Amino acid sequence: MTHLTVDKPPRSRPAPAARPGGLRRFSASSPSWLFAAPALLVYAAVVLYPAAAGVVYAFTDWSGIGQDMSFVGAANFLALLDDEQAMGSIGNTLLLTLAIVAVQNGVGLLLALGVHARLRSRAVLRVVFFSPVVVSPVMVAFLWKYVYNPDPSAGLNGLLGLRIDWLGDPSVALWSIAGMVVWQYAGYSMVIFLAGLEGVPKELHEAAMIDGAGTFQRFRYVTWPMLAPAVTINLMLSTIGGLKLFDQVFAATNGGPGYATETLSTVLYKQAFVFGKFGYSTAIALVLALFVAAVSLVQISYLRSREVAS
Amino acid sequence: MRRTFVLEIVMVAVAVAFMFPVYILISLSLKDPAQISQTPLALPAPPTLDNFGKAWSAAALGPSLVNSTVITVVSLVALVALGSFAAYFLARAHSRLGYGLYILFLLGIVLPFQLGMIPLYELVNDLGLLGTHTGMILFYTGIQLPFTVFLYTGFIRALPRDYASAAQIDGASHLTAFTRVVFPLLRPITGTVLILNAVFVWNDFFTPLLYLGGSGFETVPVSVFAFVGQYVSDHGLVFAGLVLGALPIVLIFLLLQRYVIKGFSSGLKG
Repeated sequence: MTHLTVDKPPRSRPAPAARPGGLRRFSASSPSWLFAAPALLVYAAVVLYPAAAGVVYAFTDWSGIGQDMSFVGAANFLALLDDEQAMGSIGNTLLLTLAIVAVQNGVGLLLALGVHARLRSRAVLRVVFFSPVVVSPVMVAFLWKYVYNPDPSAGLNGLLGLRIDWLGDPSVALWSIAGMVVWQYAGYSMVIFLAGLEGVPKELHEAAMIDGAGTFQRFRYVTWPMLAPAVTINLMLSTIGGLKLFDQVFAATNGGPGYATETLSTVLYKQAFVFGKFGYSTAIALVLALFVAAVSLVQISYLRSREVAS
Repeated sequence: MRRTFVLEIVMVAVAVAFMFPVYILISLSLKDPAQISQTPLALPAPPTLDNFGKAWSAAALGPSLVNSTVITVVSLVALVALGSFAAYFLARAHSRLGYGLYILFLLGIVLPFQLGMIPLYELVNDLGLLGTHTGMILFYTGIQLPFTVFLYTGFIRALPRDYASAAQIDGASHLTAFTRVVFPLLRPITGTVLILNAVFVWNDFFTPLLYLGGSGFETVPVSVFAFVGQYVSDHGLVFAGLVLGALPIVLIFLLLQRYVIKGFSSGLKG
């Protein structure tokens, strides 16, 4: 998920016209396109060709064995509408994403505000909250699988004196998965908010204080508008991460109990590698890709306009 | 002053609560099965290191660490080399081709890899690269190139052109100007590229499970996954395996924490 850290495509400036004389004119000689050739070759082989082939497979009934396949038009997508498990997984994916986006960013912002203050322990706190980010999500999921032990004397139940079957109760399991994801990545949101907070000039706060603004007002009218770029990045990162969530679900519940925690990614995995319906699986992947693309576009344009307005 | 003090106490309390799963992880790894079932939350009394020796060999952690290291290091070298070269062209070309290619690379940031997952599996299989380091390295280089190219291109665009131009006036080719003059100037963004890609490649699970599962060339997350599946009921052993599996990257993080955190939060300025 790290490859989505960045939100701001640098503005593509039109190439400056070569000025007569001097160095500029000289530098107008561009490097050969061969500089990009090796990267392009690998990128095309690993990303572009497979994605394009994926779009084609989505309209076939390919079983994964041999070259036997025929075009079935939109049949895979129509089958999807009748597939309770797949439709349920779309709902689960959206709910899970919504929960992760809201809680992870809320917690991340509060942590950032806390750690941003002049605390003696701020350096240690930052490392503590960030550390789960670098660990493999699969291992975090295995740890939490035990923390979510239904045994009332062990794990989270033992600590809090509860008797909840965190991962076994279908009405709770999805939120438990969201909980472990938030635990792992709240520190990621925190450091991005923190970078935003550090960019707010002190003078602005001082000026607002002189004008008699209280803590909340200063947050609302000084800090918050300046956090807009950090909010953009965090919302995009957590949304895309949520939509594509696989490792944690696969390791903790494998979609169960029943279909309670099945996501688009786990369903498309099973359709391909358990049931051998490769065409159908790619159709689900195409739906996922459309979700991700739609969300990215909406978020970019909406949050951009907000950034400009504030 | 008093407000910071109260806040400090609150934040430390939050951090302690936050560490609860880590306490569970470490304390269980130091307990024998009897302690785990009788006093699951208490400190290990007495602590035992038996789980660690068993977990190390049962999870085949030695070989997996070598596999993970080889795959991560070679992928990083390839990403830095291919990514920075491509970005030099994309940032400095004044042509439609340059702009078009840049957009083409950006597309890869948005595309979920699942869309090409099956065709790519087929391709890797046809090339005879399933179950090999080469297959994984090729995969990571391709899948992380868009993001790498994006970071480098933004950085190079912001660099003054004069350094490279001066070298060229002295008779250097673009190739020499890039390797001798421009590339050393890219050090800050190369740091970010290395950190973000290293954490991604080291921890990635799904593709190595698919490509390497059962090959004997498994990476750490895949080995740990298989190991946990096998010993699922022996929590002490499983947790010792998790501690050992997570230890290398956690140690590196603690050593380089400033740079790592900076790398992860630098998306803002990118």
